[in-house]
Amino acid sequence: MTNDYNQKKQQWEQQVAKTKERFPERKSPFTNSSDLTIEPLYLPTNDAEKEDYLKKLGFPGQFPYTRGIQPSMFRNRFWTMRQYAGFGSAQETNKRFKYLLDQGQTGLSVAFDLPTQIGYDSDDAMAEGEVGKVGVAIDSLDDMEILLDKIPLDKVSTSMTINAPASVLLAMYIAVAEKQGVPKEKITGTIQNDILKEYIARGTYIYPPKPSMRLITNIFEYCAEHIPKFNTISISGYHIREAGSTAVQEVAFTLANGMAYVDAAIESGLKVDQFAPRLAFFFNAHNNFFEEAAKFRAARRIWANVMKDRYHAQDEKSLRLRFHTQTGGSTLTAQQPDNNIVRVALQALSAVLGGTQSLHTNSKDEALALPTEDSARIALRTQQILAHESGVADTVDPLAGSYYVENLTDEIEEQVMHYIERIDEMGGAVQAVEDGFMQREIHQAAYQTQKDIESEEEIIVGLNAFRIDEEVHEDLLKVDERLEQAQVQGLNKIRNERNQEEVDHLLSSLKQAATNNKENLMPYIIECVKAYATIGEICNVLRDEFGEFTGA
Amino acid sequence: MKKTIRVLIAKPGLDGHDRGALIIAQALRDHGMEVIYTGLRQSPQQIAQAAIQEDVDVIGLSSLSGGHKTLFPKVVEALVAKDAGDIPVVGGGVIPDEDIAFLKDKGIRKVFTPGTPTKDTIAYIEACVRGDENE
Repeated sequence: MTNDYNQKKQQWEQQVAKTKERFPERKSPFTNSSDLTIEPLYLPTNDAEKEDYLKKLGFPGQFPYTRGIQPSMFRNRFWTMRQYAGFGSAQETNKRFKYLLDQGQTGLSVAFDLPTQIGYDSDDAMAEGEVGKVGVAIDSLDDMEILLDKIPLDKVSTSMTINAPASVLLAMYIAVAEKQGVPKEKITGTIQNDILKEYIARGTYIYPPKPSMRLITNIFEYCAEHIPKFNTISISGYHIREAGSTAVQEVAFTLANGMAYVDAAIESGLKVDQFAPRLAFFFNAHNNFFEEAAKFRAARRIWANVMKDRYHAQDEKSLRLRFHTQTGGSTLTAQQPDNNIVRVALQALSAVLGGTQSLHTNSKDEALALPTEDSARIALRTQQILAHESGVADTVDPLAGSYYVENLTDEIEEQVMHYIERIDEMGGAVQAVEDGFMQREIHQAAYQTQKDIESEEEIIVGLNAFRIDEEVHEDLLKVDERLEQAQVQGLNKIRNERNQEEVDHLLSSLKQAATNNKENLMPYIIECVKAYATIGEICNVLRDEFGEFTGA
Repeated sequence: MKKTIRVLIAKPGLDGHDRGALIIAQALRDHGMEVIYTGLRQSPQQIAQAAIQEDVDVIGLSSLSGGHKTLFPKVVEALVAKDAGDIPVVGGGVIPDEDIAFLKDKGIRKVFTPGTPTKDTIAYIEACVRGDENE
């Protein structure tokens, strides 16, 4: 066993050296105020512990990746600081993006408004009152061109929170990149594209599960061939947690959904190692600090084992659970909102110690409205303080070996596996979603939390304890109510200027392709968006063909 | 015998955040009220229609997407158009303080903001049905 351990350790040392060649370490050496040298990794010293160590933790960058997916984690590069932003018009959002990039943010994350997320044009009756409210309104390629104006898509990676119409927005992104002269092979970023959690917790579904799963596997297949550096899905526990789940449920339902996507892709004829390296995950970070840190470590270990044992993945990249984290929106209070800065810092720290690849920190005013520029800056600064001042990123997985954290990691893993077995018995995640199983479990947990807060079993500072009389909060961000009108005017202009005959022809080709299950719809959708067909037009063609989901 | 209070909980517009709506629905049920929950993406007309059909005493609207200033008043208008303007409408969600006066002016009786205990909502609805709700 000691031999095995030494061999793995040597491998790890080689991996560290190799990484250094590409990305030199941030400091050489790392030290603290007392001038003590900080090692890249701290390890068990007792030989008797080493067998267990290899099995449960392993070296960072090695199976089962409990300590992280890279050999020296943040010693080379910090996580990507990626603040979710978007509101109002494409122009306004473009301005906020440029501001955030100027402030040292390292990736973009686009929030779309609800009509865009549900595939309605801004002039659709269903869109009334929602245009530009929770994100930016995108009707056609024209809006996307404005949104990404002068943002170099060969350098900036972009995450798009888009699910049911993910293929349409991805197609627009490809089209804008090509107009900038950036070939699609070079673009990097993520589309959320996780429809199962929309049925479970987030609500922006359009079509029923089966055709939705087809659209997703179409994207996997298209990207594997043409856009190798794009993350084709971000399998999300975030919204499951926001809807009220426990940490265990968050991981269990997310990984169960992940397995459903893997099953669907394999069933459509793809090989696991063709698409699995591009699967990404998205988790939440709430206040119970050690539970959260342990949760991330457990999730990595479970996914590695599942991909290896259940799907026989060979490529190491298929085994690595890469994830984005956002701090917990539902933990923010409308009361004494400045306190939220402290909550966010604590949650962000758990994500960093849990080895996140990218991070969004919420703004203090989000229980009241969309964040102002000032509060968005403080949120970004919180990450920068963790990165540059706290030293927590100077050694890999500093919580490893803590009796408490390792126990929590094991127990979370065990509880998650119980849920996964139950979901397997139901016939998998798609079936469990259709039966409303996850929805019920989450609601029960949410209701229990509410009762605990009302009975003061759970103390929320400023909410049910330590209250003060507060002034009306006035400095909130307001979305201009006239935006809807301006957006509709722009949309009409595009409809008048484009080649309508071409659009009609391309939409009817898309319709034809949709009837044939064997066709990949991505190339058709790309042609449609390039001709300035709108998101509503494209989604309506597919609604006619696939039908609409109306609730479990 | 005291009549059981009937409440329609509705999600107008496209907002998918239903944690609050579901919790309120269950809290009211646990308190002995009959609750009809519409599910997501209801138009103001659909909500008014459902309220009349189900003969409810109160309508509770939930929105966290910022669409409340358009959507809540439209529900009241739809009720008035159907001659049911006497059904009281209350609302909740992420609603800035400064919008509350506007909503009240448009006929929303009461707005519950984040952090409101469910017992306060219950007490208000009971008072509303008795006809003696006071701020």
